[in-house]
This record gives sequence, structure tokens and C-alpha cells, in this order.
Amino acid sequence: MAAKLAAIFFTMILVDNYVLVKFLGICPFLGVSKKLNSAVGMSAAVIFVMTLATAVTWPIQNFLLTPVDAEGNLKWDLGYLQTIVFILIIAVLVQLVEVAMKKYMPPLHKALGVYLPLITTNCAVLGVTVLNIDSGYNFVESIVCAVGAGVGFLLAMVIFSGVRKRLEDAQPPKCFEGLPITLVAASATALSFGGFAGMIENIFGTV
Amino acid sequence: MTIGIAIAVVTVIGFLGAVILVLAAKFMAVEEDPRIEEVQQCLPGANCGACGYAGCADYAKAIVESGAPVNKCVPGGQSCSAQVAQVMGTTAEEAVQLKAVVGCQGKPGVCKQRFEYKGIGTCAAAAMLQGGPKACSQSCLGLGDCERACPFDAIHIVDGIAKVDYDRCTGCGACAKVCPHFVIDICGHTEGKPQVRCNSNEKGPQVMKECDTGCIGCMKCEKTCPSDAIHVKDSLARIDYERCTGCNACVGVCPKKVIIPA
Repeated sequence: MAAKLAAIFFTMILVDNYVLVKFLGICPFLGVSKKLNSAVGMSAAVIFVMTLATAVTWPIQNFLLTPVDAEGNLKWDLGYLQTIVFILIIAVLVQLVEVAMKKYMPPLHKALGVYLPLITTNCAVLGVTVLNIDSGYNFVESIVCAVGAGVGFLLAMVIFSGVRKRLEDAQPPKCFEGLPITLVAASATALSFGGFAGMIENIFGTV
Repeated sequence: MTIGIAIAVVTVIGFLGAVILVLAAKFMAVEEDPRIEEVQQCLPGANCGACGYAGCADYAKAIVESGAPVNKCVPGGQSCSAQVAQVMGTTAEEAVQLKAVVGCQGKPGVCKQRFEYKGIGTCAAAAMLQGGPKACSQSCLGLGDCERACPFDAIHIVDGIAKVDYDRCTGCGACAKVCPHFVIDICGHTEGKPQVRCNSNEKGPQVMKECDTGCIGCMKCEKTCPSDAIHVKDSLARIDYERCTGCNACVGVCPKKVIIPA
């Protein structure tokens, strides 16, 4: 069990990194990675929201949309509503968290507050919740997977903010200045993560 | 049938979400002074940081909560501080309109070149290499660090020297902060008044070796000025804009044409 959870966790960080391998959440990845501070703040908010969103959407999926009775048959199937219901719930959840945070945890709100609305309908958050269901994970596995995905996002953001810092001083040809060279650098960073493929499964022997 | 269920489910969930959010907003509301919002709307929203706070929102908060002075906003100027004062119910002290003044006109050819620089194209990098390629170690390097730093697109490199667009300059000082040779000054009361286009503290003979238009500290301007507003200190003429009346008497007498009329 522990080995499987660890495998899921590290797979999400290195092999199936949401940003660099699955290409979800690219917009905060490019938008907020200019400075290390904001990259870490954004990532912390993403980890938080991903975990919370998974904790809420997993029961919704398994008790409301596609509940299973004792014999393992579907009681009813509303699976086609998954995307829209999940978006709705994540949006409500993030707003609720922001309001609650402002009231009860002002320092945390100060640190994460500006990033929370940005994540409301972020595709990486929706992606984690949907892919958890698609992978058939149970509740604990889903949570571990979500935390792993968030930490993977943090890793990608921190690595890339370092790359961005060097890009600032680089002198690319005029036509490559700004976003083009950033995208080229992002693709090179993503390529490097391709090297992790197949590693985790073999380390933890869960092939 | 299916569409009915779908609509019903989404509506119910949406309604529940709305109820939860409304309740949350009601029970977990944080009391915030409404004036913060009003003050923030008076500010330009450029977040330049010239006021010394972390942005317009932070400054607005400081005005309302800790009684910060209302005339700190440089880009907003007089009209802005008047508006803020109205919101706060106080009167605004006069806000001095600051402007950037570039103290160099030693473009390539005028100021001697010591070597050819082919490194990273920023002033900061060039200044690290023996103080830059120019003979004068206090000259404008013309590689545009100020241009890149300016949030208002108000300073540009023209003929290898930084030039301020005074219609756009708000005096926020971003350019002065990044200039490695401290060529840019931020001054108040500069409209219609001459500017000294030299930054060199070297003695006269050395300046003449380095640059064709450098201040040699001859004191002619100081002797000519009728309002005691220009003084030579450390062999460099400096204008006191509080006293300068803009008569441009100093402009004509400068043998090196360092003082430029407005």
C-alpha cells in the first residue's frame, strides 16, 4: 500500500508532471514564473486547492454522479455531467476558501490571496480531479495523487523561474525575444522530464 | 428526460453553491474601510512604487489606516492628491511634480571611446567592465537600462544618450535607480528651466581630455546667475531648482555648452 502511494506520489512529480509532461496549467506556468517568490506562492496555492478540490470532487463523483450499489452495479449514471459539475464545485470551493481564509487566516490570505482567484478555473486543478477518477484511484490514492501533482507543479515552477532568470539577461535574436524564447526554454525543460519515464515504476516495483 | 435530469442536477448544485457562498460572505465578512476602495480608485493604478509602498493598493491602505500623507503619488500629481484628500476629508499639501533629468550629453564621438564593448547589452554589465567603454566614468553608457526600467515609456536612448520624454515622465525614479553611473537625477520644479548635461566630478583638464562637452568647473555660470541658483561643487555645476527662475543666463556663458535651455 505504502509503496503504491509512494509510486503514485513520485510518478505525479517526475513522470507525469502536470505542467511539463501533460501540459496542463501552462498559463500560470508562463505567467507567474518570472520571480521565484511569486512562483512559490502560486505553487503553494495550487497544492492547497488541488488537494481540497480532489477531496471534494471524489465523493461527488462516487456518491452523486456514478454511485455503485453493493453488487458493484451502477445505481444511476450521470458521468456525462462530470466536467461541468466539477468546474462548478471547484469554483465555489475556491471562492469559499478565499472568504474563509480572509476571515480566519489573514497571514495565509496575504500570502496566497492574490493567486487563489487565478486558480478558480485552472485546467490543472480540473485535470487532477478528472484524471483521478479516470485512473480509478480510491480516496486516499486520489489525495496523494493531488498532492503529488501540486508538488510537481511547484517543482516545475521553481526550475523554470531559474531558467527565466537566465533568459532575462540573454540576448536572443529580435524575433525570439519575450514569449517565443520562453516557450523554447519551456519545451527544453519539458524534454528533460521525459528522461524520468518508466523510472518510478521500476524503483517501487509496481509495474 | 436526460436533459431534464442534467439541468436539474446542475441547477441544484449551482444553487447550493450560491447559498453557501452568500452565507459565507455574510458570516465571514471582514470589515474593511470603504474609503480604501475609494482612495484606490483615485490613484493611477500603475503600481510604480514611487510612493514607497508596495503598490497602489498598499498605499491606499496606508493612507486610510495609518494616516500616510496623501501627496506621495508621483504619477498622479496634484489632481490625484486633491482627489484623495477629498475622500479623506483633509486638504492636500502641494505635491511637487518630479521629473527625471539626464546629466550627460556625451554621445559616441563627443565623449572619447576607450575600447570597443561587445558584451551583454546592458549598462549594468558594461559598467562592470572597467567602468564602461567610455573615457568618462560618469557618463551615460547608452545601452538603455533606464529605457527598460521605465514603466511609462518616457525615457529613450537617442543618439546613444538617454533622453526623457517630459510629457510622459512622472518622476517615479525607476530609471535613476537602475543607472549604474547615476547619470539621472530626479528633480522638482524643472519646467521651463535649463538643465546641466554633465555628471563628471573630474577636474577641468581631465574632463577636457575625456569629453568635448563636459563641465570643467569654470564657474562662469555661477558668476552670471542673477538669482544665486547655480553652483559649482566638486567641479560640476548644479542647478538649485527652488531658486532658478528659468532666465537661461547661464546657458549663454557656458564655454562647453553643457547647460541646455528648457
